[in-house]
Amino acid sequence: MIEATPQTQVRPQARAAAGRERITLGAFSLSAYAVALYLFLYIPIVILVIFSFTRDEFGVRWTGFTLEWYVRLFNDARMMGAALNTLYVAVASTVVSTILGTLTALAMERFRFRGRGAVDSLLYLPIVIPEIVMAVALLAFSALIFEIIRLVTGINMRRSLTTVTLAHIAFSISFVVIVVRTSLKNFDMRLEEAAADLGADRWRIFWRITFPLILPGIVGGALLAFTLSLDDFIISLFLSGPGTSLLPVEVYNKVRRAVTPEINAISTLMLLLSMILVVLSQMVQRRK
Amino acid sequence: MAPQPLADELKRRDRTRLAGLLSPGLFYLLVFFALPLVIILLYSFLTNGPRGNVVWQFTLGNYIDLFTRSIYVNAYVRSIVISVQTTLICLLLGYPLALFIARSPQAWRVPLLILILIPFWTNFLVRIYAWQIILANNGLINNALSAVGIGPMGLLYTEGATLLGLVYGELPFMVLPLYAALDRFDFNLMEAAADLGANRRQAFMRVMLPMTMPGIAAGSVLVFVPTIGQFVVSELLGGAKVDYIGNLLQRLFLRSNPPNWPLGSAMAVIMMAVLLGLILLYFRSTTEEDR
Repeated sequence: MIEATPQTQVRPQARAAAGRERITLGAFSLSAYAVALYLFLYIPIVILVIFSFTRDEFGVRWTGFTLEWYVRLFNDARMMGAALNTLYVAVASTVVSTILGTLTALAMERFRFRGRGAVDSLLYLPIVIPEIVMAVALLAFSALIFEIIRLVTGINMRRSLTTVTLAHIAFSISFVVIVVRTSLKNFDMRLEEAAADLGADRWRIFWRITFPLILPGIVGGALLAFTLSLDDFIISLFLSGPGTSLLPVEVYNKVRRAVTPEINAISTLMLLLSMILVVLSQMVQRRK
Repeated sequence: MAPQPLADELKRRDRTRLAGLLSPGLFYLLVFFALPLVIILLYSFLTNGPRGNVVWQFTLGNYIDLFTRSIYVNAYVRSIVISVQTTLICLLLGYPLALFIARSPQAWRVPLLILILIPFWTNFLVRIYAWQIILANNGLINNALSAVGIGPMGLLYTEGATLLGLVYGELPFMVLPLYAALDRFDFNLMEAAADLGANRRQAFMRVMLPMTMPGIAAGSVLVFVPTIGQFVVSELLGGAKVDYIGNLLQRLFLRSNPPNWPLGSAMAVIMMAVLLGLILLYFRSTTEEDR
């Protein structure tokens, strides 16, 4: 299909010049647009950080510099307890979900078996169903299990850090599997074959060849699981018990009432932690 | 070829290895993910007791309520509408940004991507909360306005604020998969299209858009899914003036006195069904455009 558009009749040189002009103009407006969007993404965050240092007790006006809110925060036993709980849950769920996820990823990438498609769907499901559905399902499930335990043994169990951790593992596994599978896909199988030809057994091949090469993927998956757990609010809200508060839940309970500079301070610290984790994960990935 | 017994032995070993690798994760997901979903499916057909306990008596009443009472129907419609709006706005805002990153010089790309990754990894609650400082009656914008003698305007606790917060919160989740798709796209194809007489619009619609459709689909799912179940943004920025499904779910399970888990379960089941239906439909339409 050839159409004689006016464009094609213009002399090549003139056309190239016009094209270049259009591209620079286009590139300029695209850059300006990108800058605007980056500002949109960052201005609220920057404002949050700035207003964690203000003297204003409502935390919305700049009335001078102070570190008072950070001092208050570190003396707030409830907040610090919640922070420790959050860290504990994140570490525990990361360790378990990284191990389970890595094993599952190896099974999915290295084997062809009946029902593989079904397992694949099951692995993707936690990512495509809303977290709140998972939260209410896990809440109903834990209540039912506790009820059964009470009927059988007479022991009364309550929601605790353990229930939150078990729930965080359930949604983290899928993310670890995806990240580790990506690094297994890029893996050169000939390395393993060469090692086998040289007489190494499977165990040795795994620890000397496969594991070191997919380690960046595993660490990447672990960092993602850690972040997901740290940041998780919805499942934590539904699954944590009365005495076992987590940081995002504490923040939510305070924020619902009003803006306070203490919340600005804890938010700034959480932001800082996220930034460190991003940079760490990038460093791990670039080393590949 | 290996003699039969040896081949059988190797097959058996492979099977043992597969079982060892697969069963822990699979078992965990079946118990702590699939089984809970089955339980709420079961609960959705049970009756709520007077003290908010679940009574083991079969009923379709929960579903009938959800489909006939306007408070529930409206919440569904509202959630779907705002999720579609959020997804479309994020797509329109995010596509040019992803394009900009993909077309940047190599050395710039990593820092530009990290700038998207930071909000992506930052606590959603914290980022939404930041808008309270900006939009509140005694907040930044109204302070600035009152300095020039206007206001205060009611910016916070509006539906507009909810939409703004959702777009702000979800934008990074749209940009990353779009970038991944655009990064794989061969931009020489655009020149080829131009050489064949296509104008820029045609080249975009016929070449670039279809070829980056997987990224559009992935980004849309990543934005749509959390938005349809959200309750935090409509509470913190919308002031909980109107109910979305997420708000109702939270109330039915955690707050109502007494709670109503069977009704909440039915609500969650419908949400999941609607969502999986939409995703299936969406992926079917995008793959058809590919052909």
